[in-house]
Amino acid sequence: MDPTALFECLSSLSCVVTQTSTGLIVGTLLFLVAAGLTLIFGVLKIVNFAHGSLYMLGAYFALSAYRVTDNFMLAALAAGLGVGIFGLIFERFIMRRVYNADVLMQLLVCYALVLILDDVVKIIWGAEFQSMGMPTEFQLPPLLVFGGVIPVFYLFLIVAAAIIALGLWYVLTKTRMGKIVRAAAHNPSMTSVLGLNTSLIYAGVFAFGGMLAGLAGGLAAPVRSMSPGMGFSILIESFIVTVIGGMGSVTGALVGALLIGLVRSFGSIGFPLFVEGIMFLSMVLILVLKPSGLFGKEPRT
Amino acid sequence: MTRSTASKLAQPSRRKIIQGAAAGLATIGLPALSFAQDKPIKIGMPTILSGRVATLGISSRNAVLMEVEKFNAAGGFGGRKIEMVIRDSKGAPQEAARVARELVNSEGCELLIDGEASSGAFAVQEVARDLGVFCIHTCSETSSLSADPKIRSPYSFRCARQGIHDAIVGGAYVAGVAKEKGLNRWMTCSPDYAYGRDTTAEFIEYLKHFNKDIEVTGEVWPKFAQGDYSESITRLLQGKPQAVYSALWGGDLSAFIDQASIYALFKAMPFFAVNMADYTVLTAIKAVPPNLYSGNRYLKSFPKTPANAAWGEAYFAKYKEMPTNWAWQNATAIGFLTAAIKKANSTDGKKMAEALRGMTIDSPFGSNGKITMRAEDQTIIDYADGWGAINNKEPYMPDPVAGNWTTIVELETEWKKRKGYI
Repeated sequence: MDPTALFECLSSLSCVVTQTSTGLIVGTLLFLVAAGLTLIFGVLKIVNFAHGSLYMLGAYFALSAYRVTDNFMLAALAAGLGVGIFGLIFERFIMRRVYNADVLMQLLVCYALVLILDDVVKIIWGAEFQSMGMPTEFQLPPLLVFGGVIPVFYLFLIVAAAIIALGLWYVLTKTRMGKIVRAAAHNPSMTSVLGLNTSLIYAGVFAFGGMLAGLAGGLAAPVRSMSPGMGFSILIESFIVTVIGGMGSVTGALVGALLIGLVRSFGSIGFPLFVEGIMFLSMVLILVLKPSGLFGKEPRT
Repeated sequence: MTRSTASKLAQPSRRKIIQGAAAGLATIGLPALSFAQDKPIKIGMPTILSGRVATLGISSRNAVLMEVEKFNAAGGFGGRKIEMVIRDSKGAPQEAARVARELVNSEGCELLIDGEASSGAFAVQEVARDLGVFCIHTCSETSSLSADPKIRSPYSFRCARQGIHDAIVGGAYVAGVAKEKGLNRWMTCSPDYAYGRDTTAEFIEYLKHFNKDIEVTGEVWPKFAQGDYSESITRLLQGKPQAVYSALWGGDLSAFIDQASIYALFKAMPFFAVNMADYTVLTAIKAVPPNLYSGNRYLKSFPKTPANAAWGEAYFAKYKEMPTNWAWQNATAIGFLTAAIKKANSTDGKKMAEALRGMTIDSPFGSNGKITMRAEDQTIIDYADGWGAINNKEPYMPDPVAGNWTTIVELETEWKKRKGYI
């Protein structure tokens, strides 16, 4: 514990800038993964334990696309689209068969996918870790803002994620498609009675959630070493985020992810040995005070 | 009635029995005798073939098979060839112990090569000690495995570098660089588990031993396989040390360097990473930043001898990838094991152990072309152990400085006394 260091950091603008930007970048990638997870849960009522593997698949897709095209933007898009299509196929052929099964069966199906994908990745890309390397356009010295250090690539990631978050907000709240998705989440049988094809909505949401995870994997690829099983740690953190923010709430995912990011970046200064502890403690605290999460809807009695 | 007839009919005469027994021996016994002469020498090997550390386990298997192939091609041991039975432990200690036991009890392996990381190696050591089977540990670098007399067994050997040796060599070299460049304020950034903590503590101890001006002003302990090191990197930037030491390795080290590079961390402070000079890391990082120093893991250019270069190239030609640190250690183990079989003229573990104690063999990986299996604690010494500045192309470490084995052994003995091992 080093509260003095934390206090010193908070009173220095350069430290605040560096740590806040770090918190944002940690939170940004978490948000993209957690948003898909929470969206799938909100509409399909499925806890997608394979979501971390979709993130891993995105990173590997981006790696291959980058090696072919040498263009990072194309690689990230290919990752998003590729995983989206994969998600669609997985939902159509496997996942939809267990919507009415108990949670244990759903968990088993997801876990099977995790194991299969890890092995498929090993067969295609090898067991050894892979690294994409920083694309040349981002090999720039970091920006110095009020003495704080912000890497250009991370600034790009934050902006990209902000655009995605805005797009998500717009689609969900302002468009007909968003209304249908929210309706399906709220009352699927009524949506179905109104003549809307809920099966199609489910497939679309699963694919879209997968796409977000794939995009996160693709965007993070230049600064991650890729290895089979890499999706596990981000899955755990995404769960913490969704529990804090409220299962099913995209706004909750955003707030939860940024909160976790900031706790980690400032916590590493003040409580370097207890960062994980703080993350889990905040989750426990929220579960006790508001069991449905910060933005989750309380179950109707 | 029927019963009595049947029993009469079934009863053969004494002569028939003797004839039958003779025929039986002729058909079963004699081939069994000749089979014993050609019976392969079965060696069991638990190692990590799946999961995050699979690359290292696979390279261990590759190296062992490459060396065994040479031994068998040269005629083996009086016609008897080595047959390796290699099993995946998935990196789980309990699985490693189970596999080791099964290899001896069910598969009939006479000898064991333990290709486990430290956690598994201690588990296999217990099995080997319990069964009294001959065993060479090839991957664990934890010093206590061979240094602590409570853990040792007369039939267990270690054919791998040791944490304490690396700490002394690294401490001596880095202390010199620190003096030359005036690097007195240090921070560390190592993985938060036993290996990371022990290695860092030992390195810092010897760094301070060789340079009294060194002061450690902060420590960061990212989790194993954390993925995102942003907060560790910014913590280092905030701490403003003059240099950083790290025991991160493999994919974690590669990701850390990629992430720290975009913060320009290495421009601000030299980075000393003990596990950097390993082909898996060196080839993964597209742009090795300046100001980077490392200990050698495996480099075909260190020791700079034709034998080492030839071995590295032969491995590459066979497996289309460069060897790892675990690979040279496993190759050396086969060297010692086969030499022990020949010297003892037996595959009996006890006789082999006797032959192996204090044995010196020619080796491409020796500091002077030779490696010795020290008798007192049954672990190797005189292997090439050095440090140097790293760049991004072959030979990667242009000017390695080899550790001095007289100093290493001297300080290691003091360390053992402090620990109460001797």
